[in-house]
Amino acid sequence: MSSGSAYINDMRPQDILTPQPAGLCCKPGGFHIDPVRPVERALITHGHSDHARAGHGAVLATQETLDMMRLRYGENFARSTQAVAYGEELRLGDVAVKFHPAGHVLGSAQIAVTSGNTKIVASGDYKDAPDPTCMPFEVVPCDIFITEATFGLPVFRHGDAADEVRKLLASLTLFPERAHLVGAYSLGKAQRVIALLRAAGFDAPIYLHGAMEKITRYYQSRGVDLGELRAVKGMKKAELAGTITLAPPSATSDIWTRRFPDPVTAFASGWMRVRARARQGGVELPLVISDHADWDGLTATIKATGAREIWVTHGQEDALVHWCKMQGLAARPLDLVGYGDEDSGEGDVASSDAEDA
Amino acid sequence: MNRFAELLDRLAYEPGRNNKLRLITNYFRSVEDPDRGYALAALTGALSFKHAKPGLIRDLIAERTDPMLFALSYDYVGDLSETVALMWPRQSDQPLHNNPPPPTLTEVVTTLRTLGKTEIPKQLSRWLDDLDETGRWALLKLVTGAMRIGISARLAKTAAAALGDKDAHEVELLWPGLAPPYLNLFAWLEGCGEKPVNRDPAPFRPVMLAHAVEEADFATLDPADYAAEWKWDGIRVQAVSGRGPQSHIVSRLYSRTGEDISKSFPDLLPSLHLPGAIDGELLVLRQGRVQSFNVLQQRLNRKVVSPKLIKDYPIHLRAYDLLADDETDLRDLTFAERRERLLAFIARLGDPRVDLSPTIAFDSWEALAAARREPASAGAGADAEAVEGVMLKRRDALYLPGRPKGQWWKWKRDPYIVDAVLMYAQRGHGKRSSFYSDYTFGVWTGDDGDAQLVPVGKAYFGFTDEELLQIDRFVRRNTTEKFGPVRQVVHEPDQGLVLEVAFEGLQRSTRHKSGVAMRFPRINRLRWDKPPREADRLETLERLLKSEASESAEAAPD
Repeated sequence: MSSGSAYINDMRPQDILTPQPAGLCCKPGGFHIDPVRPVERALITHGHSDHARAGHGAVLATQETLDMMRLRYGENFARSTQAVAYGEELRLGDVAVKFHPAGHVLGSAQIAVTSGNTKIVASGDYKDAPDPTCMPFEVVPCDIFITEATFGLPVFRHGDAADEVRKLLASLTLFPERAHLVGAYSLGKAQRVIALLRAAGFDAPIYLHGAMEKITRYYQSRGVDLGELRAVKGMKKAELAGTITLAPPSATSDIWTRRFPDPVTAFASGWMRVRARARQGGVELPLVISDHADWDGLTATIKATGAREIWVTHGQEDALVHWCKMQGLAARPLDLVGYGDEDSGEGDVASSDAEDA
Repeated sequence: MNRFAELLDRLAYEPGRNNKLRLITNYFRSVEDPDRGYALAALTGALSFKHAKPGLIRDLIAERTDPMLFALSYDYVGDLSETVALMWPRQSDQPLHNNPPPPTLTEVVTTLRTLGKTEIPKQLSRWLDDLDETGRWALLKLVTGAMRIGISARLAKTAAAALGDKDAHEVELLWPGLAPPYLNLFAWLEGCGEKPVNRDPAPFRPVMLAHAVEEADFATLDPADYAAEWKWDGIRVQAVSGRGPQSHIVSRLYSRTGEDISKSFPDLLPSLHLPGAIDGELLVLRQGRVQSFNVLQQRLNRKVVSPKLIKDYPIHLRAYDLLADDETDLRDLTFAERRERLLAFIARLGDPRVDLSPTIAFDSWEALAAARREPASAGAGADAEAVEGVMLKRRDALYLPGRPKGQWWKWKRDPYIVDAVLMYAQRGHGKRSSFYSDYTFGVWTGDDGDAQLVPVGKAYFGFTDEELLQIDRFVRRNTTEKFGPVRQVVHEPDQGLVLEVAFEGLQRSTRHKSGVAMRFPRINRLRWDKPPREADRLETLERLLKSEASESAEAAPD
């Protein structure tokens, strides 16, 4: 097959991974990465619903990601599934694939696709900041790095999440008669905030909105220590004074909040860095805690991969592409649609009503 | 600076007044002198240094960032100070770089006071290097003089007073004699210093306020115990004069909260040439006739008081109480005794710009009710249109600060009523933060075929707790669109909620699409029974506007 490998050696990167309406397609490997429409074979980076959808033929992902899809969509979310471990190399068609930790949420992975001498890394969503609830991000040297750009503007610098949690605890001390309601995405962010609270020495029970119970229990079953957690349902109003409750962002502006005594509305998100965004959502205590890399994280990671070419997807592509070019790197936006518009770990402040839970 | 920045940051998001107070008081308690004093000065607008221009900030960031990245960022954030604070490049990329500690608020304030104009850019960038995002944001807000965090000077003083369980009035009394960083004030508030002495020759005295009288109250009140006056639709003021160091007269005009508003009314000050303290109403008089509040409003909140403004809107003081006569404090005398002193004082003053608010003779509540109904024929004459009710004052009441029970009553004339349709609702604050409790309502305009609602006002009280629950439920079930915290509620001819809105007056407004603005609107009643199509029309309000305007026009000088 010497002629075949010569052909592969000559393959242009955009023929190895190609943006299509269904998502990023690897023709020589016969699969899509995080497809937004049903496909025959899907490789999934992580469990957020805009990346991990139901209805594919075969799904390859980490065990945690498969479990999360099962929790959300039920047993029959795909025809067949295969779990892959971090660092395990698999041969798919004419390419080799390997999953590396992305540090985004539990089970999240970057997917390295190698064809001949060309290695492309699709990062999915990632962060290089410490997170006690998942494996730390790993820099994967490559030729082409596909980066997300959710916070791809130099104004987004997330700072130390521990400082933000201290802000929350200071507010709890100052307003002990008020309930503190923290809006956080139910997969990843909520558990990270809880872990951060524990790390800061907060050992009282933490309350959960019904919509986050299942996934949080799953984190616990995977050995993530979150301390004592209780369902907020059935609690009396007075008992919630001075407590912390985690809820999906949409619930914090809903009729559901009536059960809390004079609630302080907090929201844990990278968007909270910008005041106007926080105010639009009616947030009183913005907490800048993000599961995506900030500007410094994006630019440092791009440099560290040593990639000669950068493809930028979902988010603020313009600024990041401009920055890459200033560094002498080839860069272009990948026009993929369908990401970041759902419960995506970090979509915008949601406005839809959550059901009373 | 970091702690002050944290305070500003938290205040900027906190909607509730009591919570704001808690945050500020907590800051004063945990931060030492003189930092907290300069914070109090910043919050009360008492800092004086030349503010940095936005152009300077732009230049600083342009030297440090790529123009394209700045443009994209500024476009996204929408606020110059905030954009610069967020994207200011980090200095210490080298770990363990020997950074100086971030500047204290005291350092910033005292340095800015002494720094020459050319030295400012360099100093500012040094500080920006040393601070974090929130610190940089607060610094830039401070140096550009654009704090805009919704804190009044009064609120900051109230928070300081709370540090020593004192009333804000007490701080207000002392305020004119104090200066940043207020070391003596904080020492006194924390119980380790003497009470500061206000050496102001013309100090403010906390005002006495009235309760609204209810029908049921009259059964327990004896007409013989009370004197009655007109309640003027103007601005309550305290006009104080005293002898300064060289025994020349110092005069000041204060608002009811103790704010010095002398600068806005230079034409009244020469009339206050006798030492004393008058409690009275600020009005505009044309040819001896009191003008409506709408006319008076032209003179309020003006930065520049032009000769034309002074000529067209001649200001006048109508006196109804005397708190000090020369050096003598009269507040321990009864109302009847003070009234005698007031009569003599006004006579001695002999100035056409200051006159006496007349009393209304009555021998029964029925007689007073008749006077309230028809002020014109009960002594108010041509000024009747500027009367918004009557005041009842116990003849034996001392002048007590605050709102003491049973001493002074206000009995306002009946409000205007209009039926309007609920259009938008917004979540309330504090206790009501879980409810949609701020309502924008509209009335109909346009022809039958193409009638539409135009917003005419906003109200957030007047309803009962039970009614609040009902409206909240209605809002959540009938939302048609959401804009951040605001919900648009269904408002069709056959679908929607009619609110009976009460208000005190109406004026022309260029800021509102409808062209009118209501004074003191509140929800009077919920009209679940009424279909929106039967709500009032804009023409109804415009007629009311015309009748008010014609009165002022009649009296305008030619």
